[in-house]
Order: sequence, then structure tokens, then C-alpha cells
Amino acid sequence: MSVKIINVENLSVQYRGVEALSRISFNVDCGDYIGIVGPNGSGKTTLVKALLGLVPFEGKIFFQQKSLSEFTTTKHIGYLPQKMSFLDQRFPATAEEIVVSGVYCCKRFPKRLSQIDYKAAEEAMEILGVTHLKNRPIGRLSGGQQQRILLARALVHHPQLLILDEPTVALDPKSRESFYATVKKLNKERGVTVLLISHDVGSIGQFASKLLYLDREIIFYGTFEEFCKSPKMSDYFGAGQHVICHRH
Amino acid sequence: MMNVFGQIQEALQYAFIQRAIIAGCFMALGCSFLGVFLVLRRFSLIGDGLAHVSFATVAIALLLHAQPMIVSIPLVALASLIILELNEKARVYGDAAIGLVSSFGIALGVIIASTAGGFNVDLFSYLFGNILSVSGFEVWMTAIISVLVVLVTALFYHDLFAITFDEDYAQVLGIKVKIVNRVLILLTSLIVVLGIKIVGTMLVSSLIILPAISALQIVRSFKSAIALAGVFAVISVIMGIFISYVLNYPSGATIVMVNFIFFVGSFIFGRLRQ
Repeated sequence: MSVKIINVENLSVQYRGVEALSRISFNVDCGDYIGIVGPNGSGKTTLVKALLGLVPFEGKIFFQQKSLSEFTTTKHIGYLPQKMSFLDQRFPATAEEIVVSGVYCCKRFPKRLSQIDYKAAEEAMEILGVTHLKNRPIGRLSGGQQQRILLARALVHHPQLLILDEPTVALDPKSRESFYATVKKLNKERGVTVLLISHDVGSIGQFASKLLYLDREIIFYGTFEEFCKSPKMSDYFGAGQHVICHRH
Repeated sequence: MMNVFGQIQEALQYAFIQRAIIAGCFMALGCSFLGVFLVLRRFSLIGDGLAHVSFATVAIALLLHAQPMIVSIPLVALASLIILELNEKARVYGDAAIGLVSSFGIALGVIIASTAGGFNVDLFSYLFGNILSVSGFEVWMTAIISVLVVLVTALFYHDLFAITFDEDYAQVLGIKVKIVNRVLILLTSLIVVLGIKIVGTMLVSSLIILPAISALQIVRSFKSAIALAGVFAVISVIMGIFISYVLNYPSGATIVMVNFIFFVGSFIFGRLRQ
């Protein structure tokens, strides 16, 4: 029997009276790689923010059978936010300073970093092939390099669950493929459960074990093959529309 | 040249110059440490806004025949929290919230000054400050607050770094963002109140902004930004006091000018290195 890492029951989120998510329920098994897809404004980022406890919500969220309030999510979750929304290209920090900041979640006041933490940062950078960038200012790196540094930050404390919010939005097609492959490797080899938000159903469909199609409610939740054959999706996209799927 | 050194030696023998240097150095450290976080978080002008509020609070203190610092500290702290609340809850942009509170402060100060009368000269002396007239009490207050700023920066360094880089992510890391933000803004209000005596309400924000942006032209890491801002600020204060003494210039304005020269130098150095 598979072990559930996330269990969401009747989750609703409202922003200023507008319902961003309406009574959604789903489970995520340990080791799953879930692609969260859907149109703009469908509630993808809101769902992630609710899982991280960043927005108020109604309903229940359980991590490993414990409710969000009694579970210290921060130690077990690695999060990669939408990059372009915040990264200040002039920010005075080296790649290493950014990566090692991921261990703050495991530190108590007054936070102090040890050699072990810097070693963990080096290992995370090694996994992502960015060790050579550790002394470079974050703002001087390319979009793809910055994204790998931020992913290293999300991985540095060895999380069980990795949440990635549109991580490839600013990347060229080659970097995008390489990024997806790296995440897939982490999922396969290290058993990290992945929730990845994307607009690109085609690309994420190749890597994810399941797709969750969201439009304020769950329209579809299943494998990519089921998604391609789903009459519900054909109905959703409208008459005369076909879902064309390719596996490379 | 010998004459200049002679004048500096002579200046150092005066108790008021010694007090000015001690208070100025502490002030410079406090302002510059906070400045790095405020500048990077696009809250540079909060010093300016709170200084304008302190103009009103000094007017209130003079009207009540009270010690300006004692009246100003709680009122300016309250104003700083209002700015933060407006920004977070009323969805007023940070700069607009500062502008709102700042213009209210100036207007209130002017109204009190015009209706009460009699203390306009005292009030307007706070516009440009006078570091050479700081009292022993003010030196102690400045030292205590500045040590507090340095201590808080050291204890919360990692939290402040995470919040400054990415507030949402800091929250995910379990950092109490709201509490840290309030601590930062309250310390800023304290340092601003102390700063009005040294450079005045018109120039206090420059002590917060200039050393930070000068350091940011040069450094690559966050810790070095804070350290270099501190060095720039302290040297600017010491040089400013001596230059103002030798050339008989107003000390507050001279400190700001030295800071500005540091900025120009850093800017050129930063561009050449690129």
C-alpha cells in the first residue's frame, strides 16, 4: 500500500470575496511526481501557498497524517517560488549565501551556521552542477543558473517534498528540458516527492507520474495517458478540441 | 597641512567635539546597518518620512515644555507601525504610505509652530540639527540604541537576510516575518529620533541611505555590504566633524557631503571594476 504524504480535503481559498479554489480534495503518495497544470488564474499558485500555510484557507490539509498546524512543514518541504517575481539582479549575495539560507528552517534562535551546513550547501550545488558558481553574485548568473541555485536552496535540507512554482518560465527550451530532467532524477534516485506547477502540459506530461488539472476546482487528476484519453478533458476544452499527446 | 593637524588636535581636546565623535560614530553604525536592509527592501525613504513626523513631535514637545526625545520616541515609533500597517493591510504602496504619514507630520508641525509661536527658533534648529551640541544624556541614548541595533542585526542576521531576499520564502522557512519587520521598523524610528539632533530632520535619512548605497556599489556578498556600509558611515562622521570644525561649515551638512563623496567614489569604482 502506498504511503500518503499529502491529503487535502475540501480545500477552499477566498481572495477578497472571490473564490480562488473551491472545495478541492486529492492525495499525493510518497515518491509521486505531480504536474499541476491549468490556465492563468486557475488557482495553481494559491494551492501551493495554501499547502505552505502562506494563505488562509478552509478545509483540511494533512502532511503525513498530521494537520498543517501541528506539522512543521518547513523542515520537510523544499520550495522554489516563481523566480521572476522577486529576484533583484543587484542583490548583494553570492550563490553560496543563497543556497545555505535553505537550512534556516532547521535552525533555532539565534541561528548559527556551521561547517556542516556549508557542506550540505556544497553537496546540493554539486547535485545540480553549479558548485563552480558558489562565489559568484546571484544577480550576475543566467536565468538557468539562478534557477538551479534556487533549486539547490530548496534541496539543501534534504526535504521529503519539493514544491516548484513555474520553475521553467524564464528558461530557454534547452535549459527547460535539462531542468525537468534534473527534477526527474531527484524524484527517481532520491525518492523526493515533487509538486511542479507548469503551463506546459506537453513538457511536464513527459516527466510527471500524474497530472492535476486545476481550474478553481480539480478538472482532472490522473496519469498523462489517462489525461490524453479523458472524455472529461475533451468536454472541458470544448467540442472540436482534441488533446494531442506525445511521449519522446 | 600642519596647521590642519594642529586644528584637529586642538578640536579633540574639547569635550563637545569628543561627545560629537562618540555619538556620531554610534549613530553612523546604527543607521548604516539598518540602511542596508531598508534600501534593499525599497524602504529607503522611511527615514525621511519618520524624520518629518519627528518634526511634528518636536513641535509637540516644545509646546508642552517637554524633552523632545522623550516625546518623539513613542510617537515616531507609532508612526512607523502605522506606515507598516498601511503597507500590509490597507494595500497602500510602501512609498505612498511613507508619503502619507510624512506629509501629515510636516503639516502638523507647521500648524503647531504657527499657532503656538515663541519656539520657532528652537523648532527650526531641529531641521538641520547640531551634532556639536549633543548632551551627555544624548550620547548615552545614542550609544544604547546603536548597540541595540548592532545586537539585533547580529542575532537576527539570517532572518533579516532571508526576509530581505525573499519575504515569502522566509515565511516558508518558518521565520516570523511580521515580527522581524516590526522590530526593524521600530529600531529605524528610534535611530531617526536620535539622528535629528545630529544632522536634523532634513538630512537624517541620508545617514541611512548613503552608506548603504555606497557599499552596494562595490560588494558581492551581504555581510560585506553591512560591514562596508558601517565603515563608510563612521569615516564620514569623523571626517565630517573635523572638516566642519576646520572650515567652519555646518557639521550635519558636511557629514552628508562626505557621505555623498564616498558614494561618487564607490559608484566610479564599481563601474570601472565591471
